[in-house]
Amino acid sequence: MQAWDNERAVSLVEQRKNMPGALLPILHALQEEFGYVDPSVVPAIADALNLSKADVHGTISFYHDFRHHPPGRHVLKMCRAESCQSMGCDAVIGHVEKKLGAKLGETTADGTFTLDAVYCLGNCSLSPAVLLDGKPYGRVSAQVADFLIDDARRRA
Amino acid sequence: MKLFVPCDMAALSVGADAVARAISEQIATRRLDATVVRNGSRGLFWLEPLVEVETAKGRVAYGPVTVESVASLFDAGFLDGKAHPLCLGLTEEIPYLKNQERLTFARCGIIDPLSLADYISRDGYKGLQNALKLKPEQIIEEVTNSGLRGRGGAGFPTGIKWKTVLGAPADQKYIVCNADEGDSGTFADRMIMEGDPFVLIEGMTIAGFAVGATSGYIYCRSEYPHAFKTLQRAIAIGYEKGYLGANAAGSGKHFDLEVRLGAGAYICGEETSLLESLEGKRGQIRPKPPLPAIEGLFGKPTVVNNVISLATVPIIIDKGAAYYKDFGMGRSRGTLTIQLAGNIKQGGLVEKAFGLTLRQAIYDFGGGTATGKKFRAVQVGGPLGAYFPDSLLDTPLDYEAFAAKKGLVGHGGVVVFDETVDLAKQARFAMEFCAIESCGKCTPCRIGSTRGVEVIDRIIANQDRKKNLEVLNDLCEVMLDGSLCALGGLTPYPVLSAVEHFKEDFHGTAA
Ligand SMILES: Cc1cc2nc3c(=O)[nH]c(=O)nc-3n(C[C@H](O)[C@H](O)[C@H](O)COP(=O)(O)O)c2cc1C
Ligand code: SF4
Ligand code: FES
Repeated sequence: MQAWDNERAVSLVEQRKNMPGALLPILHALQEEFGYVDPSVVPAIADALNLSKADVHGTISFYHDFRHHPPGRHVLKMCRAESCQSMGCDAVIGHVEKKLGAKLGETTADGTFTLDAVYCLGNCSLSPAVLLDGKPYGRVSAQVADFLIDDARRRA
Repeated sequence: MKLFVPCDMAALSVGADAVARAISEQIATRRLDATVVRNGSRGLFWLEPLVEVETAKGRVAYGPVTVESVASLFDAGFLDGKAHPLCLGLTEEIPYLKNQERLTFARCGIIDPLSLADYISRDGYKGLQNALKLKPEQIIEEVTNSGLRGRGGAGFPTGIKWKTVLGAPADQKYIVCNADEGDSGTFADRMIMEGDPFVLIEGMTIAGFAVGATSGYIYCRSEYPHAFKTLQRAIAIGYEKGYLGANAAGSGKHFDLEVRLGAGAYICGEETSLLESLEGKRGQIRPKPPLPAIEGLFGKPTVVNNVISLATVPIIIDKGAAYYKDFGMGRSRGTLTIQLAGNIKQGGLVEKAFGLTLRQAIYDFGGGTATGKKFRAVQVGGPLGAYFPDSLLDTPLDYEAFAAKKGLVGHGGVVVFDETVDLAKQARFAMEFCAIESCGKCTPCRIGSTRGVEVIDRIIANQDRKKNLEVLNDLCEVMLDGSLCALGGLTPYPVLSAVEHFKEDFHGTAA
């Protein structure tokens, strides 16, 4: 993941500003490059798309996906929707929160992990389901979660 | 010699990539002449990774294959379809699959999703070829006569929607595919996008020809990174081979297609919110009218259809309305893609004519609970669907039959719970989810859902239960009557059904 770079950010905005409905593609491009959308880019987006800063800000905050701060080195998205509940995801999530000392929506103090809640990953026949750094895992028990987390730690 | 190892996200989640690597290594070290194809999933998820081998008799299946079992499979001669403890016999003969009616999913799990040659060799683009011989009105008539109703949840007749768009004069019209698939317990859209993306592209192209739209968007939820990538690649191939763009599929007509990512908002599955989001705005509901068919994307007439609705169009135009309509019951024609999920032994995709009962789905296909504990509840139709007890399991999967039981077929997700479930907790979650996902436009939903969580908390804590159950009832009524869209308007379904059918979880004793 790149550290925030304003010049680069503005060029990502410029490249997409003529797309119809460009705002979401722009925000996704920024988040893919930097892991989050730094509020400092809002004026540039507003300018490029001829929107008010309040509009841009309002849109960013409407969507659960867009982060306002850099995430940890690893992002663990844990499903907490009904199908995963039926297979005990609440207990697994509780276990992981305790292990990492961070709650869903938080990043660990050492910056290694960000935990996110998601509502269904479309893997509901193999619940509980998670995505770790974009990779899917199914039937995630507390033990499997331990393994995934420890393994990710070893990779730094 | 061909081997098939799924690249479907669910298969990957239980190690399909590692299995594919181990198989390739064995092929290399044993100097065998075999190629590994990455197919979509057949949808028998408890057997994933499900590896198939092409033999003279047909494809033979093995599963669930682990990395550790790969060498022994080669030793046993699985390239010739020989016996092994993991051997499941001919794939097509596995009862779970054999007892289905796969129309929309005819190719899913069979072909290489990104091979246009595979797609075409198995009836791909036949529907579109037929469509080119028809006038727009005739295409729409076929769709109408097939009885196809929107599979996204509301069950609105697809042909009628298209007719409205055809009749709306405009310089630009759009086809928008709703690939937001937010309901828990559903994955049919995802499987098609990952396993047979060209059928969706073909369906959207036919829709474009039918209503006079030259541009399409697929709005794919961000929770589906694999589907998104597959669609991007399939669209690029479509352009490269002349199936998209100017003179799409040799039609002399133009059809452009692009896939866009959502951003983690359930409400963006609602069609007007989706359109706002595609336009780059907050995903807030637009009041209807105007219908999207009249004033949709960028204010232009727009068809918004679910993935499965659109992916079913090619087979209808290929085989004819009568063929499709012949499946099903009552006013629910064709097939429903049932998704068996949650606490179920044999979870997966079951495409079946409408009319199968819930009990048949859960027991005959699903094999009962995964934990082996007693069945207690099932939620059909996603987070806005009702919770049903055992006594309602003989309800056939049919839009009207479900509505009569205050339930929802929705997108066909079936989430099973065993006896450890606490329905008060599930009711609380329904309200919590509504609060998290509310677009904020109207008070009954925005405020009501938060109040709902508080009230249920008091019921759970045994504070003045009788009075609080009344408050909950009133609150649900306000949400039902006063919400602008179905998020606030249907959240009472899971809540009230839980209270009605599982009273003991709310009263402390079976009252
Ligand atoms: C809160 C809410 C969420 C919805 N989510 C989806 C969804 O994820 N996918 C979908 O196809 N339809 C969804 N719908 C239904 C759409 O509004 C719309 O009816 C559908 O896209 C029309 O396509 P169809 O006629 O092919 O079903 C949702 C509706 C509501 C109220
Ligand atoms: S019911 Fe909820 S989601 Fe629907 S418009 Fe009202 S506030 Fe928005
Ligand atoms: S509910 Fe968790 S993956 Fe669908």
